[in-house]
Amino acid sequence: MSAPEDALVPAPRPAAAGPGEVLLTARGLTKHFPIMAGFPFKRRVGAVQAVDGIDLTVHSGETFGLVGESGCGKSTTGRLLTRLLEPTAGSITYRDRDITHAGRKELAPVRSEIQMIFQDPYSSLNPRQTVGTIIGGPMEINGIDPEGGREHRVRELLEIVGLNPEHYNRFPHEFSGGQRQRIGVARALALEPKLIVADEPVSALDVSIQAQVVNLLQELQRELNIAFLFIAHDLAIVRHFSQRVAVMYLGKIVEVGDRDSIYQRPRHPYTHALLSAVPEARLLDAQEEADDRERIRLAGDVPSPINPPSGCRFRTRCWKARDKCAAEEPPLVQITGSVGGHLTACHFPEEPTTAARDEDIVLDPALAAIEDAVPGPAAADEGS
Amino acid sequence: MTSPSQTAVTQTDPSGLGPEGLRKVKDRKGGELVGRSPGQLMWIRFKRDRTGVISGCVVLAFFLIGLLAPLISKLYGKDPYTRYGQITPGLLVNGYPAQPNGGISAEFWFGIEPTLGRDVFMQLVYGIRTTLYLSVAITLVSVLTAIVLGVAAGYFGGRVDYFIGRVIDLLMAFPNQLFFVAFVPVVGAIFVAPEDAMATWMRCLILILVLWFLGWMSLARLLRGTTLSLREREFIDAAKVSGASPARIIRRELLPNVMTPILVQTTYMLPSFVTSIAGLSFLGVGLVEPTPDWGRMFANAADYYRNDITYLFFPGIAMVLFIVVFNLLGDSVRDAFDPKRAR
Ligand SMILES: Nc1ncnc2c1ncn2[C@@H]1O[C@H](COP(=O)(O)OP(=O)(O)OP(=O)(O)O)[C@@H](O)[C@H]1O
Ligand code: SF4
Ligand SMILES: [Mg+2]
Repeated sequence: MSAPEDALVPAPRPAAAGPGEVLLTARGLTKHFPIMAGFPFKRRVGAVQAVDGIDLTVHSGETFGLVGESGCGKSTTGRLLTRLLEPTAGSITYRDRDITHAGRKELAPVRSEIQMIFQDPYSSLNPRQTVGTIIGGPMEINGIDPEGGREHRVRELLEIVGLNPEHYNRFPHEFSGGQRQRIGVARALALEPKLIVADEPVSALDVSIQAQVVNLLQELQRELNIAFLFIAHDLAIVRHFSQRVAVMYLGKIVEVGDRDSIYQRPRHPYTHALLSAVPEARLLDAQEEADDRERIRLAGDVPSPINPPSGCRFRTRCWKARDKCAAEEPPLVQITGSVGGHLTACHFPEEPTTAARDEDIVLDPALAAIEDAVPGPAAADEGS
Repeated sequence: MTSPSQTAVTQTDPSGLGPEGLRKVKDRKGGELVGRSPGQLMWIRFKRDRTGVISGCVVLAFFLIGLLAPLISKLYGKDPYTRYGQITPGLLVNGYPAQPNGGISAEFWFGIEPTLGRDVFMQLVYGIRTTLYLSVAITLVSVLTAIVLGVAAGYFGGRVDYFIGRVIDLLMAFPNQLFFVAFVPVVGAIFVAPEDAMATWMRCLILILVLWFLGWMSLARLLRGTTLSLREREFIDAAKVSGASPARIIRRELLPNVMTPILVQTTYMLPSFVTSIAGLSFLGVGLVEPTPDWGRMFANAADYYRNDITYLFFPGIAMVLFIVVFNLLGDSVRDAFDPKRAR
């Protein structure tokens, strides 16, 4: 089922940031949020399986994109990796140091190396603190006294993220969303981290501002050689930025590989669906005509992570699902026809192409009905 | 790329200053909008609220009167203890002031107390003083308790929250007034043997204790809720990611953000304590003679009002004025902090 010529195409690795040393590794990372109910003593009645045994590796200086629909556990993953949450199972290793269950004191040396940029620029800045206090806070906590003083450094950081250093004494409510997000970026940079987990840093912003902030992050990455774990809910925004991309579905990574593998030779049906859901204008550098691309419209919502489907979690929405998919969970492995490092969790993978199919896959019944109905009236018009 | 951030943005009214917010900017003579903290914005809004400013001044006047009572006494030339009516013959006839209107004269501004013949003005000034001292003390301990327990419950959640929550529920179920009336003597009996005379400071302490016991819950519950929602805000996570200790997070990130409800609730709490103290004195379980006390003046007035209504008049007016004005101030403070919820 795989095209043999694919194996011959070498995976082009972006040269900018080579495959540096391994920075962060997660193995079998799992987070189940217990659901408590009952009176007067609450008992555990179930669990939200937000993240369920994922493996990932981030190398120094690279950008790793983590993509998936809302509620699939991306933020939970990010918060596990920054150790804001305690993993239920699995391990997290940062540069040979096991930080899976490290307490606040043990984490201290690692803290300054892993920072985070948050999704909501309105709730991520303390409204009672000035910009100077917000950005200087991490330095104060970690007892860092940069040359020229903290205030000087904060002004420098403001300039780096494209804000006026004069804004030092302003309060967050005096800034727009994009500016606030820049303040958040400056705060993350204050400790000169090696890795920044950016949890949908632009999805709360206007589209016009999104590009600016993404460009800023990209510049920073290039100049400061910071590794990014970039979380996003669609594939468009991570495309230009990420060297490697992982696609998440319902707490699992279903496909991971370098950028070109994921965008041009995706194997997992869900990756195909996600790619086809991205508006063409935002995705392509005009190499591919819109007409040439496959169209896939999924039906229904993501199932509840409280009670995920057996076997392959995507099977309830997959057009290729068969009995095996319900019975057996597909392992995340390299499948024949994929290049090295391109792993897919699927029993019946798709062809490694995004070219248009003979027939669009429209699983959404409402959408299908509309499409079926369209030629009808037109024909009737001609008839009359 | 010149980022749009280089220009000062007066974003679509995040300050809640409303249309006037813009006018305010113009008032500043084209000068650049310098950083103004939410607190400063609140102060600007408050200053624009005339009711609030006037109420604030009156409240301040009450506190000044209480604070400066000895000075007033000196200037006025009388004290609250001397029985002028009994020393000077002719002031009281059959126990009631000889002159009309309760004996109001250039010498006795608010008249003379029937029977004992003390100066009503001084009684009131010193009465206000004791009552306000007590109320401020009770408010302080109640607010402190509420902060500690409320923020702890909200921030730590889980078992701590459950336990504090149940304690609050339990105490909320107590009938306040009944508890006060019943327990002031009981607590007194615990500390002082019944045959001994109880020192005034002891009585004050008991009052503070009893009123505090049932005074802190509503604010604690409010702070628990606020903290609970603040805890989910991402700036708390940001502080954690930089390695901040829980103590620092509570002090630097949480507390500044709960100052609003604290201040607003305090302005409602204090007058309610004033009425509670007055009520207890009226019922005879508050402070006793000779300590001047606002509330006890009502109890005394109840004996006299048929023959001398003037004695009731001044403490009554003062009390009504104080409560009304304090509540107006509370409303203004709330509106200034939270313009969206205003009216
Ligand atoms: N603290 C929590 N307690 C219980 N359930 C949680 C908690 N945090 C997240 N969840 C659940 O875990 C699942 C994954 O949430 P998560 O926030 O990681 O999703 P996400 O991929 O980041 O989604 P989004 O794109 O909306 O941010 C969701 O079903 C969510 O309801
Ligand atoms: S394993 Fe089966 S259900 Fe899951 S994605 Fe592959 S084909 Fe679809
Ligand atoms: Mg999220």
